[in-house]
This record gives sequence, C-alpha cells and structure tokens, in this order.
Amino acid sequence: MSVKTRTRRDILGTSALRPDAVPKVQGKFAFSSDLWAENMLWGATLRSPHAYARIVSIDTTAAWKIDGVECVLTHEDVPGKPTYGLIASDQPVLARDFVRYMGEPVVLVAGDHPETCRRALAAIKVEYEVLEPLVDPEKSIDLSVPPIHPDGNLIRRQQIIRGDQSLIGEVVVEGNYELGMQDQAFLGTEAALALPDPGGTGVELYVATQWLHEDRGQIAACLNLPEDKVRLVLGGVGGAFGAREDISLQVHSCLLALRTSRPVKMQYSRQESFFGHVHRHPARIWMRHHATKDGRLLRVEARVVMDGGAYASTSSAVLINAVTHVQGPYKCEHATVDGYAVRTNNPPCGAMRGFGVVQACFAHEGQMDKLALACGISPVDIRLINAMETGDRLITGQTILNSAPVAQCIRETAEIPMPPNMTNDTDVLAIPGGSGLTATPSKIRRGIGWGVSIKNLMYSEGFDDFSTARCTVEDGRVSLKFATSEVGQGFVTLAPQIARTVLGLDEVFIETIDTGIGSAGSTSASRQTWMSGGAVNGACKLVATNIIAEVAKMRGLDPSTLQIQGTDIVDLSGNAVESVVAATKGKRFSETYEFHHQPTGELDENGQGDCHTAFAFVAHRAVVDVDPDLGLVKVVQIATAQDVGRVLNPLSLLGQVEGGIAQGLGLAVMEEIIVENGRVRNPSFTDYLLPTALDAPDVIARYVEVPDPYAPLGAKGVGEPPCISVTPAIVAAIRDATGVDLLRVPVRPQDICL
Amino acid sequence: MSQMIKVAITVNGQHTTAMVEPRTLLVQYLRDNLNLTATNVGCDTSSCGACTVHLNGEAVKSCTILAVQADGENVTTVEGLANGNEMHPMQQAFMANHGLQCGYCTPGMVMAAISLVKDIPNPTEEDVRIGLEGNLCRCTGYHNIVQSVLAYAEGK
Repeated sequence: MSVKTRTRRDILGTSALRPDAVPKVQGKFAFSSDLWAENMLWGATLRSPHAYARIVSIDTTAAWKIDGVECVLTHEDVPGKPTYGLIASDQPVLARDFVRYMGEPVVLVAGDHPETCRRALAAIKVEYEVLEPLVDPEKSIDLSVPPIHPDGNLIRRQQIIRGDQSLIGEVVVEGNYELGMQDQAFLGTEAALALPDPGGTGVELYVATQWLHEDRGQIAACLNLPEDKVRLVLGGVGGAFGAREDISLQVHSCLLALRTSRPVKMQYSRQESFFGHVHRHPARIWMRHHATKDGRLLRVEARVVMDGGAYASTSSAVLINAVTHVQGPYKCEHATVDGYAVRTNNPPCGAMRGFGVVQACFAHEGQMDKLALACGISPVDIRLINAMETGDRLITGQTILNSAPVAQCIRETAEIPMPPNMTNDTDVLAIPGGSGLTATPSKIRRGIGWGVSIKNLMYSEGFDDFSTARCTVEDGRVSLKFATSEVGQGFVTLAPQIARTVLGLDEVFIETIDTGIGSAGSTSASRQTWMSGGAVNGACKLVATNIIAEVAKMRGLDPSTLQIQGTDIVDLSGNAVESVVAATKGKRFSETYEFHHQPTGELDENGQGDCHTAFAFVAHRAVVDVDPDLGLVKVVQIATAQDVGRVLNPLSLLGQVEGGIAQGLGLAVMEEIIVENGRVRNPSFTDYLLPTALDAPDVIARYVEVPDPYAPLGAKGVGEPPCISVTPAIVAAIRDATGVDLLRVPVRPQDICL
Repeated sequence: MSQMIKVAITVNGQHTTAMVEPRTLLVQYLRDNLNLTATNVGCDTSSCGACTVHLNGEAVKSCTILAVQADGENVTTVEGLANGNEMHPMQQAFMANHGLQCGYCTPGMVMAAISLVKDIPNPTEEDVRIGLEGNLCRCTGYHNIVQSVLAYAEGK
C-alpha cells in the first residue's frame, strides 16, 4: 500500500489559525483583568508624587480605620528580600528611605472594593523632604555628582575598541541623534490575582507576564518562601512588548494575599500602568562614520548614553545591545565606541521590542544616509556596498555564522512597486491633516527613505536562556506542556503546528501554561519560535522515536527503517506500515526536552567577545507625504523584506510584521512619554498618541527564506526586526521630503515646520 | 454613598435590573453587575474603544455611557452575538483573517465593525479605517483587522 499524499491542515508552513481565536472573538477568553475569586479583596498602591524625595514619615493610621480596609503594608512588612530586579536587585518592593521616581510604590492597601482602596490611599500621610531630581543622564556619568542610589549612578559602561583607533576616512560624517521615551502601551493593563495557601505557607498567582519562572524567583525571594511554594499560572495577556518582563504588581499582590489570608486582585488603570512598568530607554547617540570616497565603511565612532531611570531593570543588557549593534548590518573593521547606561530620577526603563537596537539603528541609519550624500551615491547603493554577509566579523570580533542575506533583503525591498503618486483625485483623507482639511494638495511633498537593521536573537553574554517542553501522546492525541508565555505573538498556534508536523497526528491540545514544568525563558528577544519551538520540536521528536520503536518491536522490524511521513509510519520504500493514530491506540508516550541555544560569552573591557548567539536582518523602505506648512506627516507605504529563515505560518508572520511596523511608526512620528524634571506629563491615551487604523501605512512585505543552520526549525525570530529599521526609514523619508536634518524621534510637527 | 438608582437594561436579550450608583458606567454595570467580562477596559479616557458595545444597535463606547442612560434600552455585547452555537460571521471573519493577536481589543473591534458595516454595507478599505479609527489595537497594525471587516462585508 503506498502512501496517499494529501494536504494536511495546520502543519508547519501553513496559515494555521490561532486556537485561542475562538474564545477571543467570542469574549470567552479570560484576561488577567477578568479574574475573580470568592471572598476576594482588591489591592491598590500608593505611589510617590515626587521624582526624588526623602521619606520622613509614613502614617497609615487613618487608612486602617476605614471600613472595608483589611490591610495596609509598608516596607517594614516585606518578609524577605526588600528589593527585586531582573539583573541587579536594586528596586525596593516598597520605598523605605527614598523615592527615586514619580510613581514609585510606597504603601499597599487591600480592601473590599476598589473605591475603599482609593479612600484608604487618600488617607495615608507620607511626609516627604523633596529633593532636586537628577534628570540629565550626562550628569549621571559624572562621578562627582552624588549618587541617588547606593549602587551608584552609573549602571554600566562598555567600550568597544577594535582595529586602528586613529584611522581617518576619506569621507567623514557625524551626527547627534536622540530618541524619546516610548511606551509599550499594551492594551490590557497589569492585572493579577493572588490566592494564598492555607496557613500562609505558599501562594498561587495568576498573572499576565512574559516570564513565569523569573517572576517566581523574584517573588519567592521577597516573600521569603521557597520557590516551590510559589506557583504561577499565566493569566490572559493583553499584549506585552517588553513591559511585562519586570516585576510590577506580582510581589505586591502576593504580599497582600498572604497578610490577609484572602485572595487579592490588583489591576492598574491606564494612568497607573504608565507608572507601573518600565519603558523604552531614551538615548543620545553621537556617531562619526569614516569611509572611502566610494562609500565603503571603514570605521565607526560612537558615544551612546541611555537613560535607565531610577532602577536598573535590564539597562545593562539594553546598553550592550545598543553598542554591539551600532555598526548596523554593514561590514566594518575599525571601531571606537563608548556606551553608558545611567541612573536618573526619570521613570525606570527596560525592555521594549527591539531592546537597545532600535536606538542604535536610528543613529547608524541616519549616518548611512549622510554617508550616501557625502559620497554622491544613493541610499540603496551605500547599503548594498557595505552589506554584511555570513562570515563577516562584527566590531566585537564575533563572526556571523548565521544566514545573513542583507543584500537580498535590500534588493527585494527595492523591487517592491512604489505607491501611486498623489493626484488631484486623491482622497483628501489620505493626505496629511486628513479630515482637518488643513493641507493644500499641491504643496504636499513626498519623500522616500531607507532603513536596514541587524538584530540579535535570544539572550546574550553567557546567559543560558533555555526552554522546556513536554510532549505526551495518548490514543492518537497530543498534549503539549510548556511555560511559554503567550502574549499574543502566537506560540499557541505554532506549537501544535510543530507537533502535527513531527508526529503525524492532527489533534493537539495545549495544557495550562504555568510553573508546573521547567522554565521556557522569557517571551522576548524574538526568541520563543527558536527556543520554545526547539523544545517542543525536541520533545515531539523523542516521542516520535518511541512510537516508531514500539511499532518496530510489535512487527519485528528494524526501527531505523521506519519514519513518520504525513500521518503514517512508513518504511524505506515509503509504504505505510501503520497510521500514527493506530500505532498509539491504547498507548501513552511522554517525553520532556530542554532546548539550549549555542553558548555565548562575555565581552572583555574592549568590548571583544562572542556575546550574541544569532542574528536576523531586515530592510524597510518608507514613502511619506508631508505638509511642510503644518509639519504633518502621512506614512503612505512601508515596503519590507525580512530575513526570517523559513516561513512557519504566513498569516501569523504577517501579523508580526505589520504590528511591528505600526509600533516603529509610532516612535517615528507620534509616541513619546514626555518627562519634565522627572515628572511624566502625559500618562493617558488622550495625551500619549498611538497609531490608529488611519495612521497605519500600507505594508508590502516579502520574506527572505534562507534557513538558518543553527535554528531548530530553520526559522529565525520575527518579532522585533519589523519595528527596528522602519523608524529611521520613515524619518529618512521625511528628511527627503523636507530637506530638514531631523535627528530626533519622535519627529514633531514643529521639528518640520518651524 | 450616593443615592442608588434602579436600572432595567436588556442585555443580550436578557432582562437585567440592579440598583446602581448614578455614576456607574455602562461598562462597569456589564462587567461588575452582570459578570459579562468580554467587554474590556483599556484606557479610562474613551480613547481605545476596547469597551465598544451596541446600544440599540449602534456602537458606543460603554465607558462613555452611564448605566442610568441605558435604562430601558437594549445593549448587545460580543457575548450576545452568536446564534446558538454558531458564531456571528464577523467573529468568524476575525478568526479566519487573523484579525487579532492578544485579543484584548477584539470584542470592541468586532462590535464597532458590525455597526460600521450596518451603516456602510459595502465599505472601501478607507471606509473601514475611518470607521475603526476610535478602536486601538497595539498588536496587529490593523491590516488583518481591516481585511477581516472587508471579508465579512463581501461575504454577507
């Protein structure tokens, strides 16, 4: 009997639909904000109104007296470690002697209703001695400025010194670039429900997070509980983009639950959310590029200053990403780079999609355009001349071993047709100013700009961010267990696609995502397709081997002559021996697999070392229309070709690409948390503007498929690259349209027209 | 505590009644009184549209309507769209076209989209974008949402 080939649904390479789309479109999907428990209390947080102040006294007496208030906690009530943090444990669970940023948590309350909690917060008296905040990152570098934290004001400095330090190019261009503070602005604000174990011996926390096990470790330390007494279950996550990698309300909700012996729910309002999570680092980057007169890049010089805000979060890793990506996806032998991540009394900054590379890319792409202009060649040619290839060395000395189709990304992007020119018939709503009817169509100027980027995938600097998965097959049915946070990116779609492909079984079920299995690492750094995909793939392959061994034993065959093809187990001639469903009838197979990526190392004092494990590349071309009178911009089209290794789910991939581009557009022309002397001025969606359906440009995407030899599925992570070089591409297009040398994002109307 | 007021609102075809504070928002009534948690709150400033429901068949942001304003009226949430076990074709269109990722905006987006296509039965892409401008999505970049709505309108 020969195998009938039939197209199988929902395997790798197909646009399998999200399994959670069914509850999500019906409103049956439980987000963390929907959680509820019998006898539940609400928790709330009193936050600092000052950017920097000494706490003189905290008086909670009046709050305790309010009817319905069950608990009021200060720093004295933290039973374990008084601080937490992802890399350095430097952030107090509750402020003790100083508050170091506006919005820092000081007191917690639990009450029978959110209104009760609000009244209790209002009744707490905190006396502050207000201090002059340190808000200029340059001052934080100066060691003579008094530290605002015992760990000092300099979080990390990293230099990269490579090659000839005195080399001067025939062509030299330089620029000072600046990026404002962007917010992840996920739509579902922070929310969690903590359920105490009887006797306070442990706690179960349902929470929207990117990394269950990391949270667990930090929570357990602060609660002074063994890790196995803290169980985390993923609550429905309404987007993440980096903002859920740090602790926000996790420790607080558990503290309140353990003290009251009752379930406690916490949920931030939108305003509180702006203060409750870290943001994208604002940065100032000076760069000088040296090249031959025909445009070949020889040396980059850079000085990078990133404002980490009051607490370290992942600032040290964000800095390393910035300085090690500052050359861009271009060949370059010589480098002189000096980078600083510093502490200030501004809001804490940490992970956001792109993680330091967004900042570096805005600078290096601005430089490439300056270089093109100085050398008299086109923005496309300057990038093609210098395009990195597999085998090239980075300025850290690391050799790129991954597929690196940079030139192909650029060429394929360039081949995408341009949008039609504006005509007299163009809908007025499609031009800058839209329904405001503010623009004179004849005065609108069109511009074209380019951006190309390199992004590291997974974690770096020796960190082994492994992922774990278990595959169980019983009666022809697969169940998968992992702790991988589904934040919207679609791992719950991909994991069953992998299982169907490897095992030849169609019915796949995902078990509860919780800490009941080993860590999956974080849903960040474009890493889950590679890492958790690798873990699921590994576990499924082990089970497949066991199934084949069983069939071989039963039938007296050599297992090495059998394999799974389609939905059958076939022999060397391709003849079906048995279907996988039949072979697993009445049997159970289960295997757990831990996937590790290629190891990475540290950087030395000169910034030399193989600190990253893999890279992905992307090119963006932006077309914009600008009203130079009012400084209004309409992004007309983004063309992109992305290095994805292999397309595993076309529709899901397109969603990542289009969503990332919208966020990059936001940084280019709309989004900024405005901070004045440490005070956040726009913590709401009326004042912090997000792209709408009308702002989102036409996106034409192509995928460059060069399977990566190190990727378990041949596929690279795709989450971050879309949002990285689109920002400089849009700004370059605005420069092209206006002739204004725009060096800061977001570009504001006044930057263009005044 | 301010004086409580009785409201009677038909929600998803069911008669509901409760004593509420005058300041109670319709979205609070739906979520807290009726435990209909599909309707999400994303912003508190009427900016995001996650809380969009139908009031007498028209899309409204339920954070901009007081429960007392809906007294005696008909409210439909995304929970009330399905016909028995059969999803509303707009729900099916969002599924089939990958019109969602995290899904937080989805209930509001679906309700706004149905109202939009009721007003403009054969919308252009531009019509859809204008019609959904008041509903924010942070994940998708809107393209697959727009495609979902166009697919629904074409398939009606």
